[in-house]
Amino acid sequence: MNDINKTFKVISNARIAAKTWRMVLEGDTSDLWAAGQFVNVALPGKFLRRPISVCDYDECTLTLLYDVVGSGTEQMSRYEEGDTFEILMGLGNGFSEVSPGSRPLLVGGGIGVAPLYNLAKKLISNGVTPSVVLGFNSECDVCLADEFETLGCAVFVSTADGSRGVKGFVTDAIRECDIDFDYYYACGPMPMLKALGTTIDIPGELSMESRMGCGFGACMCCSIQLKSGAARICVEGPVFKTSEIIWK
Amino acid sequence: MEMTTPDIILPSAEDLKVNLAGVTLKNPVVPASGCFGFGYGMMRFYDLDMLGSISFKGTTLHPRFGNPLPRVAECESGMINAVGLQNPGIHAVIEEELPKMRRVFHGPIIANISGFAVEEYRECCRLIDAEEQVEIIEVNVSCPNVHGGGMSFGTQPESVAEVVKAVKEVTTKPVFIKLSPNVTDIVSIARAAEDAGADGLTLINTLLGMRINLRTRKPIIANTMGGFSGPAIFPVALRMVYQVAQACSIPVMGCGGVATAENVLEMMMAGAKAVQVGAENLRNPYACRDIITDLPHAMAKYGIKSLSELG
Repeated sequence: MNDINKTFKVISNARIAAKTWRMVLEGDTSDLWAAGQFVNVALPGKFLRRPISVCDYDECTLTLLYDVVGSGTEQMSRYEEGDTFEILMGLGNGFSEVSPGSRPLLVGGGIGVAPLYNLAKKLISNGVTPSVVLGFNSECDVCLADEFETLGCAVFVSTADGSRGVKGFVTDAIRECDIDFDYYYACGPMPMLKALGTTIDIPGELSMESRMGCGFGACMCCSIQLKSGAARICVEGPVFKTSEIIWK
Repeated sequence: MEMTTPDIILPSAEDLKVNLAGVTLKNPVVPASGCFGFGYGMMRFYDLDMLGSISFKGTTLHPRFGNPLPRVAECESGMINAVGLQNPGIHAVIEEELPKMRRVFHGPIIANISGFAVEEYRECCRLIDAEEQVEIIEVNVSCPNVHGGGMSFGTQPESVAEVVKAVKEVTTKPVFIKLSPNVTDIVSIARAAEDAGADGLTLINTLLGMRINLRTRKPIIANTMGGFSGPAIFPVALRMVYQVAQACSIPVMGCGGVATAENVLEMMMAGAKAVQVGAENLRNPYACRDIITDLPHAMAKYGIKSLSELG
């Protein structure tokens, strides 16, 4: 039976924004099957793994973006080329890589921009180039904007303090820039997801996050109630149709 | 695991078998309730038929969604959870979960039953009694994460005895009572269960614990407190298993912080007849497979020819 706990070797690990790091790892990624899935990273001395969404991957490399927010991610930021991690691969469901819309929009907030990058590549290879809205607190937090532009996407940026792009939130940028779209994919903080889900009357899908115990459905620590019933963010998600979400 | 030299004879499959209140397990390793679902979600990891048994997710009479998020916080060498007995209810467990579980696991199943009233425990046990592959009923009187029931039953000898008597009236299957460590005198509770007719005991459930987020100055867990598990609690669990095994004659399943084959042997030396593995499954889904694979080598290393020598 295929063991999904894989060893990965660090190729590079560098800061790309005020508190955001990009780690590129080398290893067997065959357990990943969709953009928007996540992996669960084991750290020496930490009891629980760190669930981190996949920013990008190919057959033998894995790219993770992470914010340094606690002692675990701080520990990750000290890893250097050649160091190794044990990683549980291929967790969660991922986004619809064939877009239900003809003019999809990707909406990322903060570190939530990460899984949208591989999604953009998949959508483009399936014949549709998405537009992209990225929201951050300040210019120093902005990441991936250039990478999305390199893919050929129209990129709109908002910052809460107005230091770059539209001042305000992603919903302000969508309105002010009059972005034309008929489906959206979003990942970011809950207030952003809620603002999208409750003010934009266009269908979409959202990637949720939560503190997790296991990441593979055993502990029920990340359950949410959908309109269709209870769901585990780690197994039935992290991506859910917006129409399924009960906003509180 | 240290490699054994070729001239050391490893214990045979027969030497790993254990007897638990008349039920034979092929080995003493049992995933603990709440850390393995109903088994079938774990079949992607390894062949579950290598397990001694599986204690399924704590089941109540009615469906429960459980507590708000966050339900989990990390600790040094462990974790705190406050899931709050999320489960689909006994009827859905019998009609939907057990059939799926039976397709991936063919050994004896331990049915973990929880409740909020004596009558609820009794009704769940009556219903599960009709299920053939369920060979042991484990009555959880010790969940720390629900109000108005759960652990409150497990902290008084009288109420433990009342639950035991009620469930023994409706089932002929061996009944194990899962005890809380959050008590002053574990032995008095264990004796009350034994005197009331329990066929065995599982201990320990989680220790009540708490963490505070330094940034928000508020508890990390939405339910404020939760159950502390993981390797940090192994010495506490071992001590309680030892005390209870000394004081009672019914079999004890040891549970709490077990992470290695050596931990399994230590639990059995303290008096456990079988050993449950909980939180370790959550950080390593292969934990039970690895423990079972290592067990014969660990036995050989410490000169244990058969597990029947221990306890």
